[in-house]
Amino acid sequence: MTTAVQGVPGEDTATSLPRLLPRGGQRPEDWYAHVARHGRLPYRNRPGDLIRDLAAAGLTGRGGAAFPVHRKLSAVLEAAGKRRRTPVVVANGAESEPASDKDATLLWLAPHLVLDGLQLAAEAVGADQAIVYTHVERRNDVASRLRQAIAERMAAGADRVAVQLAEAPPRFLSGQETALLSHLAGGAAIPTFMPPRITERGLGGAPTLVQNVETLAHVALIARHGPRWFRQVGTKAEPGSMLCTIRRADGAPRITEVPLGLPLRSLISSPDGLSGGPDRAVLIGGYHGTWVRAADAMRLTLDNHSLGAVGARVGAGVLITPPPDRCGLIETAAVVRYLALESAGQCGPCLNGLPRMAAALTELAVGRQRRQTQADLERWAGLVTGRGACHHPDGTARFVRSALVTFAAEVELHQRGRCSGTSKAPFLPIPRGSARTEEDWM
Amino acid sequence: MNEKLLVNPIECKANGACAELLPEMITQDEWGYPIVDGRPIPVALERDARAAVSACPTLALRLLRS
Repeated sequence: MTTAVQGVPGEDTATSLPRLLPRGGQRPEDWYAHVARHGRLPYRNRPGDLIRDLAAAGLTGRGGAAFPVHRKLSAVLEAAGKRRRTPVVVANGAESEPASDKDATLLWLAPHLVLDGLQLAAEAVGADQAIVYTHVERRNDVASRLRQAIAERMAAGADRVAVQLAEAPPRFLSGQETALLSHLAGGAAIPTFMPPRITERGLGGAPTLVQNVETLAHVALIARHGPRWFRQVGTKAEPGSMLCTIRRADGAPRITEVPLGLPLRSLISSPDGLSGGPDRAVLIGGYHGTWVRAADAMRLTLDNHSLGAVGARVGAGVLITPPPDRCGLIETAAVVRYLALESAGQCGPCLNGLPRMAAALTELAVGRQRRQTQADLERWAGLVTGRGACHHPDGTARFVRSALVTFAAEVELHQRGRCSGTSKAPFLPIPRGSARTEEDWM
Repeated sequence: MNEKLLVNPIECKANGACAELLPEMITQDEWGYPIVDGRPIPVALERDARAAVSACPTLALRLLRS
């Protein structure tokens, strides 16, 4: 475990963070440590009961989309009643964003909190099948950790619904909900187009609840402490806390749990004081996220209301401040090339547009742009948006557009044959190996 | 009742028949894929819209009740 796990600097006891991760520890929590910290699962013995508490708590999905959790659960419960089908619940731990490490860290350190949440969600919607879907090729062997945790729970008689483990292929899109379902059904982990809502007809036609693993950990705590406790941190509109992956100059990810609404200043300032050119920037929300000028980011807070002012979103809590010796255009070009290679290649605009955007960004990055390169980029970003079966083209276009705005001065510098980056070593992490055959999506 | 056009982007193979039959609501991007006007189809174009849907060789174009 090389990831540093810390609380917020200056945390106080009233807000009492971290809630999810074991305090001050990097040691994975076994069943006994978990029960000592949190107590046993507070089953409600009735489907539906927990949903009211989740609505009052205002918990939203922590996988990136921030969809209200109680609405998904209600939809599944309702579909189950209407169609007389027993639902399935899935804990989505396929953290495909290469820069994010918060779900893997949570699963590694506090797997029982996630598994508690999965049981409680299963009870709330009346499910008889529960699945944890996760990557195996991570720094830590999360799958073995989960197998061990499930065995501990079986010995303790904690679970009412049997839990299965499923492995996600190491692709950027494998955590996308329709890709996840397609994979659990035995196919490739690639998105499908407009299935009937999966809350109504998902896995094997059953109403299906898919929730991010961190979301389920919050569910486990709300079930124990109630909605008012949950709202003691965060903002009124966006309550609670969230896990973030912070990457700064030294590159090592730091996983921290912070209240929504926290000033970004406290997360992105580093010992070097964010010095550097006027183009010093922060990447908010990962590779489908938004580059924001560091000077602007210093005035914002970590919630969608504040970030919306600069077109950014909290997403899954990725905040990256590349060091001043890196060029934002070179970094962006490398990421967009990766995103283009990770397209499932099913939809024409994505298949055609993303490689062209990647090539044009490389032209900008190496100072070989043609007169129309920037106009091409902006046109392609517009052409791909909203025209895929999933949001991969939309997220890529948002990332590209924000780079063109945020690194405008750098683009001019490159036009004159110069570059502010003195180090060519890539800073943003990019997984090796792209998919070549359908096997790579299985 | 007004209907809308919907393309399944996975099935669409840029055949182009739809844009030929309903140019008022469907244009093609530089790779030949349809850019569809998502607003309700005016009554005067309903017949052409149905022709465009029928002409798609991959059944990627659909009419959706709005």
